[in-house]
Amino acid sequence: MNMSKVVGIGASPKRKEDLRFVTGRGNYVADMRRPGMLYGAFLRSPHAHARLGAIDATAARAMPGVAAIYTGEDLKADNVGGLPVGWGIHGKDGNPMKEPPHPPIAHGKVRHVGDAVAFVVAESVEQARSAVEAIEVQYEVLPAVVGVVEALQAGAPAVHDEIPDNLCCDWELGDAAAVEAAFTDAAHIASIELVNNRLIGNPMEPRAAIGEYDFATGQHTLWTTSQFPHVVRFLMGEFVLHIPQHKLRVVAPDVGGGFGVKQFHYAEEAVVTWAAAKLGLPVKWVCERSEGFISDAHGRDHFTEADLALDESGKFLGLRVRTLANMGGYLSTFGPNIPTNLYAPLLSGVYRMPAIHCSVKVVFTNTVPVDAYRGAGRPEATFVLERLVDVAAIEMGIDKRAIRRLNMIPTEAYPYQTPVIVEYDSGDPMGCLDRAEKLADVEGFEQRRLESARRGKYRGLGLSTYVEACGLAPSRLAGSLGARGGLYESATVRVHPTGAVTVLIGTHNHGQGHETTFAQIVSDRLGVPFEDIDIVCGDTAKVQFGMGTYGSRSLVVGGAALSKAADKVILKGRKIAAHQLEADLGDIIFDAGEFSVAGTDRKKKFTEIAGAAYVPFDYPLETLEPGLEEQSFYDPVNFTYPGGAHFAEVEIDPDTGTVTLERYTAVDDVGTIINPMIVEGQLQGGIAQGVGQALFEHGVYDESSGQLLSGSFMDYCMPRADNFPSIIVAPHSTTCTHTPMGVKGCGECGTIGSPAAVINAVVDALQPLGITHVDMPATPNRIWNIIRNSRAALAAE
Amino acid sequence: MKSFAYLKPETTVAAADLLSEHDDAKILAGGMTLLPTMKQGLAAPAAIIDLSAVAALREIAFEEGALVVGAMARHYDVAVSVLVQTHIPGLALLAGQIGDPQVRHRGTIGGSVANNDPAADYPAAILALDATVVTTRRTVAADAFFVDMFETALEPGEIVTAFRIPVPDMAAYAKFRSPASRYALVGVFVARTAGKVRVAVTGAASSVFRALDVEAALQERFDPDALNRVSMDPSGLNSDIHSDRDYRANLVMVMARRAVAAALRNAGQGATKGQ
Amino acid sequence: MEINLTLNTRPISVSVDPATLLVELLREQLSLTGTHVGCDTSQCGACLVHFNGESVKSCTMLAVSADGGSVMTVEGLSVAGRASLHPMQQAFHENHGLQCGFCTPGMLMSAVDLVGRDPDPTETKVRDWLEGNLCRCTGYHNIVKSVIAGAAAMRDAK
Repeated sequence: MNMSKVVGIGASPKRKEDLRFVTGRGNYVADMRRPGMLYGAFLRSPHAHARLGAIDATAARAMPGVAAIYTGEDLKADNVGGLPVGWGIHGKDGNPMKEPPHPPIAHGKVRHVGDAVAFVVAESVEQARSAVEAIEVQYEVLPAVVGVVEALQAGAPAVHDEIPDNLCCDWELGDAAAVEAAFTDAAHIASIELVNNRLIGNPMEPRAAIGEYDFATGQHTLWTTSQFPHVVRFLMGEFVLHIPQHKLRVVAPDVGGGFGVKQFHYAEEAVVTWAAAKLGLPVKWVCERSEGFISDAHGRDHFTEADLALDESGKFLGLRVRTLANMGGYLSTFGPNIPTNLYAPLLSGVYRMPAIHCSVKVVFTNTVPVDAYRGAGRPEATFVLERLVDVAAIEMGIDKRAIRRLNMIPTEAYPYQTPVIVEYDSGDPMGCLDRAEKLADVEGFEQRRLESARRGKYRGLGLSTYVEACGLAPSRLAGSLGARGGLYESATVRVHPTGAVTVLIGTHNHGQGHETTFAQIVSDRLGVPFEDIDIVCGDTAKVQFGMGTYGSRSLVVGGAALSKAADKVILKGRKIAAHQLEADLGDIIFDAGEFSVAGTDRKKKFTEIAGAAYVPFDYPLETLEPGLEEQSFYDPVNFTYPGGAHFAEVEIDPDTGTVTLERYTAVDDVGTIINPMIVEGQLQGGIAQGVGQALFEHGVYDESSGQLLSGSFMDYCMPRADNFPSIIVAPHSTTCTHTPMGVKGCGECGTIGSPAAVINAVVDALQPLGITHVDMPATPNRIWNIIRNSRAALAAE
Repeated sequence: MKSFAYLKPETTVAAADLLSEHDDAKILAGGMTLLPTMKQGLAAPAAIIDLSAVAALREIAFEEGALVVGAMARHYDVAVSVLVQTHIPGLALLAGQIGDPQVRHRGTIGGSVANNDPAADYPAAILALDATVVTTRRTVAADAFFVDMFETALEPGEIVTAFRIPVPDMAAYAKFRSPASRYALVGVFVARTAGKVRVAVTGAASSVFRALDVEAALQERFDPDALNRVSMDPSGLNSDIHSDRDYRANLVMVMARRAVAAALRNAGQGATKGQ
Repeated sequence: MEINLTLNTRPISVSVDPATLLVELLREQLSLTGTHVGCDTSQCGACLVHFNGESVKSCTMLAVSADGGSVMTVEGLSVAGRASLHPMQQAFHENHGLQCGFCTPGMLMSAVDLVGRDPDPTETKVRDWLEGNLCRCTGYHNIVKSVIAGAAAMRDAK
């Protein structure tokens, strides 16, 4: 294949990043070795809640190879700060959230199993781990609380002594009075009580970090498995270690998946950086998987009660939602933002919902901190709404698709202002549903159901529509909601004298195919061969600045910055061409890699202009600087609102309660598609994670001891290849009206639409038994119990 | 992992000698349980005696109406053995379902049985097929071999060398895998040998056990429907985050019915392909 | 102790502590970091290599157990420094069978082993065979597609 050609938007070139990964030549943090490197291991609390007494490391310090042992007191004595929170929300009383300190290594108290108690540095990992075992800690074990409902009860153990009620914030959004009025007028009220199960993200690459210090230059370097190295540099340098930004380099090389888990500033990053400076030698820490289970931030974990008011025709009148959200033992970087700002504003879904009120109590417990996990707040909102819609349909005897169509926002009604802050710029939910219905062969479902019934199985069809707010985020709006930093993105387009291009971009590529997609954008815009473009990210010493990759923002915000920077390159190129072609700037047009004078055959190739920019002999030096490198910072004017309709079809074996996913069909509106192959891959992967939440995954804590019972892959059920059928994904795009290329983002769609689709299918299958709700995950044991109990109840009637 | 002395004998006799010479030695068969246990620091033996060089222990033979399977036969070897597929297809099928392909390429029948993990598959087959465990010192009947969780009749210094498994009239295994670990949440091996039915259950309790009520019902009539009125007492069964007791009791009966149906099918079809 | 093995078709001799796992020998001592560690319970399959032609988990095998045998890692699938990929590597590239790339070496080693046993596996067979390989990015869809395409390419290459 001749690669030296322009590859534009809408094509599916194979990924540039693949070659190093399929040949085993990726460069992950765990693969790296620095001269003189030492190895670190953490002693972690075996208790969920305890007061720390004496820590005796005398024996451990004397063990072979041990270089140092540090405790929380050592960090405190050295003025190391706590881990900062990037988002400060306010309660309904106007007061700011409670924000207790989060020391990188605990002092005073430990607040969850896995809380760091000490850090050992030794010449080998084995020596460090042996020394960890030799440290003696006196714990005064305290009663622990792990559930949100229990944590709010009077007399519950206080996770933080200064917050006796465990309430971080009592937050609300929406118009309570309007909702009350809607409920007064309602012909029917559908209600639901549900749990959104705690998830543990488990990217396949465990976290890792290497700290290094060069005393001659005063330069600190941190290599870390991060989705946003610049943010880590800012948070860690400014708030934790007090290192000037120009003396701190943070590098996130190849990163093996993130899903949100790696978009926080973690204690371990600060500890290795600090220890490396103390010791004058590089210090490496690689997380073991079982350690990751108790130290990676978790996701979800809500308890929710919600009511939907409808008129007699099934039209929605109002929605009332009360949620308790688990924060764990400390606030993680974005923790309090997720169940509030990324949750309540999505409760209108793709429907006309005249009135919405949502109150969220954000709660501390003795568990691992909870933060964003792929979808982050939006899957939780979708699950509440789409479950409630199904319950209403069942109770009112209305077809589940018909009730949705009745309430959907018609495409001509966009832009559509919801009652909960957000204004959707574009969308066609009806079109998505129509297309999904055909691809899912909904018509043939009844036949398939009968066929399953003949084999003694229940079969169900579930539908979920969704909308998400992504492309985080318009800084001014985010700031008004509590963001403590801007949420723009930046890109530099560096055109070399030969016309080849290096892009320096502030997003981070850890599976999303940015090296390919972004190269397509540049190839398309500048007419530069795809082969001649390289994308660089993940190194604060190379890239100007960036907020990183999360919230389906890379293409939407980073791609927009890149597009704007390319525009600047074209403008400067036109100025150079105008000079060389002796024409007015207004007459110079740029198309297909050539600058030409409108209406003539006079033109200059992009490569010629690039050459002239660096060898400026025939060049307007009086008015224009030489060189061809442009930078753009882009701050979005609105969120983007991808959406779609997903159908899941399941079969249930009543003998064992096993739910088998038989078919899955997703039609998504992700706006303009740059690389269809990559978009499909993002959707398939996202769907698998959502199906994982619905059917398999559950972070379970023992209620009395606070131990994590699902602390390894032996007990935390990761979806495997044989859990899935082939997944059908298809686009149904409308163009975003405010992003430069009309893109909306696609990273989280799958995870947002799928949990409700799958559970709606499970409930549909069990409808003959009178079931209207099933909590996640729909494990065999849970489903078997439900079937047994319902059959017994039906028999008793 | 803590360091240890690594010993690799080439004969069973040499292995037994080494085991008696070293106080704190462990036998390494496939290592599928021992190595993870050592990695977690739950075991730290002073010496490891690796049996992989004892070629004789890998043999599978058919002698006097019984299969003789060497202790070091890997799950994969058993699954694809024509002898096993011909004489006890249900055993070949069981071996082909243990763990994942990579576990089957390393794990051995001897290691699995000697370890007696409550969720392991092989103990159910050994017990239901009324096999004889051959060791470096004696032979032990299956009924006397499995004592309790991770506990067998093996004495210090004794090594399992083979299993003598009488060929049954028909036999099959049905397992319900734990969704997370893929170990048996419940596995039931049903066998009828010389007209006598034995049913062994793994995964459900602290150790493999025989389901006597199920055996009695099947002895009357070897048919899944013969179990319709039999139930399993949940008390004494395991309860964990994946399965409560009642559910496990239900699974025992469901898997027993499925195993009986499969045994009838296996018998009807003769040899069935393994992995 | 000193062990001898064939590593990616080249005979090597190396000194290891008996407590060294095969994956530690490969990654730490021999700098072959294409073989990854994704868990500590022998579940994820990121560490798969071939031992005597069969896929095994190098995190659950002692390095000394490889003495006298042959080990193939992902680095050995294609010749270093050359553009030509193994048909299975090419199939993963062509079918977008990888995203973050962390599980990919294990997937490739597993897939090549499967196709050696079954040159024309069905989708169900592929999904069952991959029981010992976890991926968090792809939903397995394109991995399965890649393995089937890679099998076809391996048949053609014969």
